[in-house]
Amino acid sequence: MKDRRLQSLRAMAALLLCSFLLCGCGATPIDTRSESPLLRVLLLRDYNTRVVILGATLLGTGAGFVGCFTLLRRRALTGDALSHATLPGVGLAFLLAPVAGLDGKSLPVLLFGAAVSGGLGVMAILTIRALPRLKEDAALGIVLSVFFGAGIAILSIAQQLESGHLAGLESFIYGRTALMTASDARLIAWSGVAATATLFVFYRQFTLLCFDDGFAASRGYPVALLDVLLMTVVMLITIAGLQAVGLVLMIALLVIPPAAARFWTHQLHRMVLISAAIGSLSGLIGSAISGVFADLPSGAVIVLVCAGLFFFSLMFGGARGVFVRALRRRVLRQAIDREHLLRGIYELREQELRERESQPRPAAARLTELHELRTWTVRQLQRQISRCESEGLVWRRADGEIELTERGLIEAERLVHNHRLWELYLMTHADVAASRVDRQADAVEHVLEPALIARLEQLMEQERGRRIIPQSPHAKEVS
Amino acid sequence: MDGLQSWTWSYDGWVMLGGLLCAVAASLPGNFLVLRRMSLLGDAVSHAVLPGLALAFWITQSRSGFPVFAGAVTTGLITAMLTQWIRDVGKVDEGASIGVVFTTLFAAGLLLMSQAAPRVDLDPGCVLYGVLEASPLDTVTIAGFGIPRVVLMLSIVLLINIAFIVLMFKELLISSFDPGLATTAGCSARLMHYLLMVIVAITTVASFEATGNILVVAMLIVPPSTALLLTDRLSRMILISAAVAAASAILGDAAAVTVPRWFGFRSTSTAAMMTVCAGLIFLVTAICAPGRGLMAVWLRRQRLSLRILAEDTIALMYRLDERGADEPVQASQLSRKLLSSTLQTWMALQRQRFRGWVVAELAGYRLTPAGRQAAAALVRSHRLWETYLVHEGVDAGVIHRQAEVLEHFTGRSLRDKLQAEGPASDRDPHGSVIPTEDPDLAPP
Repeated sequence: MKDRRLQSLRAMAALLLCSFLLCGCGATPIDTRSESPLLRVLLLRDYNTRVVILGATLLGTGAGFVGCFTLLRRRALTGDALSHATLPGVGLAFLLAPVAGLDGKSLPVLLFGAAVSGGLGVMAILTIRALPRLKEDAALGIVLSVFFGAGIAILSIAQQLESGHLAGLESFIYGRTALMTASDARLIAWSGVAATATLFVFYRQFTLLCFDDGFAASRGYPVALLDVLLMTVVMLITIAGLQAVGLVLMIALLVIPPAAARFWTHQLHRMVLISAAIGSLSGLIGSAISGVFADLPSGAVIVLVCAGLFFFSLMFGGARGVFVRALRRRVLRQAIDREHLLRGIYELREQELRERESQPRPAAARLTELHELRTWTVRQLQRQISRCESEGLVWRRADGEIELTERGLIEAERLVHNHRLWELYLMTHADVAASRVDRQADAVEHVLEPALIARLEQLMEQERGRRIIPQSPHAKEVS
Repeated sequence: MDGLQSWTWSYDGWVMLGGLLCAVAASLPGNFLVLRRMSLLGDAVSHAVLPGLALAFWITQSRSGFPVFAGAVTTGLITAMLTQWIRDVGKVDEGASIGVVFTTLFAAGLLLMSQAAPRVDLDPGCVLYGVLEASPLDTVTIAGFGIPRVVLMLSIVLLINIAFIVLMFKELLISSFDPGLATTAGCSARLMHYLLMVIVAITTVASFEATGNILVVAMLIVPPSTALLLTDRLSRMILISAAVAAASAILGDAAAVTVPRWFGFRSTSTAAMMTVCAGLIFLVTAICAPGRGLMAVWLRRQRLSLRILAEDTIALMYRLDERGADEPVQASQLSRKLLSSTLQTWMALQRQRFRGWVVAELAGYRLTPAGRQAAAALVRSHRLWETYLVHEGVDAGVIHRQAEVLEHFTGRSLRDKLQAEGPASDRDPHGSVIPTEDPDLAPP
């Protein structure tokens, strides 16, 4: 089982890497301009559209992938702080590059600056967190705002240079998704490859780090170093995406897809896949929409598509979605009501049943009697009775009484048996007062498993195999 | 210093006052955000008011007035509620739900703005970092004086914030430190949370045009964090944070005109420089804060390690004496045995000389009688611990290391207790004699 999982993981990794490589390199122009704009976008006719869609999709995939680990490490907003922290580096690189004889607007120079100040930001976060009293949130907030302020201060100085049209630099804040170039897409693809590869090489270590860092530390894994590595990977993908899509979109792509994927599964390797899929899907759909409607800012559209997918997952997610959880709760509540109904009928007629050992043993109760037993409305009770009727557990007699069928009787005996066992257990072994055990047993009886029942029976020194229904400990209340 | 000479009260004074008001107003509610570990919610709210702002612009076609204000405050509140809702319903971690909500709302705001742009003059750049420098140009006349609109608005917000904190101080205090207790005492922690969010949203919105959200976010978090490192009392923390905010506004204003000139540029963004100054003040505090700063922690650690090394030194000298070496000990011999550097050993020896426990002779160092007593107490602690640990069933292979740690924190009364509870033997598990307690030795 584990081997197969590992294998599928490897296959997936290979697939991802290949797609990154292919997409990053394959961008060649085709010339047809006769179709409608919608068709042209969908068929990737324009060179520009193709690059933008490819780049956005890749970025979504990579960020969704990396984001899973930061989300599970409870550091979802690290990307937020890091991406803000790159700004002063970008500005300084722009200002200082001419001094070193380089072009201030060349991408490698700017990215180098971004990486340096992002690294400083990482160190600042880790240092502030180590100070007494200041927690993660304060550390992130301080780094985010101060670095961003420094960045703005430097950028507004850079604005005064003769050559300083900030067109290139401002895109680090707002992004210019629609103007993405092939080299941007290639950069995204390569850093996606690097990030994905790192995560797969250290998959086990990162998993441990995310789920139980204390355990990881006790097993001798360098937790602090792994944290730094994880932040480096986040920074890598952030820097690659920053110029293309801007700060806020970058944060969104790092946070939203993993958070959405969490609603679909409980398993990390699936979550990683789903998150990457959601990221790439929102990149694809978002950039396609903004390709069709030219005046929509593509970065914002991608975020909104992503948010839409998040909302869908929140509602309909298969593992933790709102509806699934509501459904599960409903099923459980119905099962509980059913058990209450059966046990109610049985306990109302328990005295007669005990006296009459021979067959047939009719157990029937009037609706009013049942209604008084619990805080259920008549309608709830009626609906429950109909449901049990269709399951063949009870039937309505002509005189209006509800009678247990043969199967219903057996089921009811089982339930009463469980309830009483738990009550007895609580009284004898857990020292719970007799007047309180009914309420507690009520809560537990519905989830008692057969194995536990067997243990209880042993404990109570009942004969196994033959099911004897113990007397109710508060016979007066029940009979 | 050319920059400061052209500084005038009538113009730059207003700029500085605007920044100062904004900084102080934001730092006040910020204290509670930092204490509740929700610093980033302030950041989120300040980003997320964008769609409210944009929508109100779009509908009313104006840049000021009540609708814009109301729209922004409403979205601020919606952010707080949505964050809470996603966290509760989706069982998502707080940071993630903040991230989801604010990026989504910000994107929605950008989209609205891009649609409204042809009709309304609205620039996202202005929202992010503001044009504080231009604020004195837009004035309102009150009682014959031309007061910049921004200053007027921020003064009102500052008064609101002060009133909020003064009136609600008890409730804020209790709900920040113990929300459960607050709720049982009849003051809903949730209500306080939303009130706080309203205050944050109001402050953010009021500061938007003038200073941009970057200054607000920084002032919400940085001055309170600085104050938290300096004091233990909430009231003092609030005052200190306000002072830090004011100081960084003033310094920032000055720095914005002077610093760029050193490199041959004109001035830079005032709001951004104020942020940077707040960061610098935080940095200095983080390093120098008494008791909690990096330097204090480092010094404390150094002092402790020096104390332990000094104690180890005399204990080692005692043991060497015990083995019958009756000659003075060389410092180099000590540092070789204790794996310490020459400087460290020298400092440890100086410390013990100062206390009169060690004397320096021509041939080396020697314990004084008082030093012998102190060393005997240490060695006694060590061997008593070893005896006791073996008695308690600890493996004999690891007792030395444990005793080596414990001996430095064992006083007279603990030694007596160890002897009473351990086995009655005058030798430790390694066979060395346990020194007897000196009756007139004061507990170390």
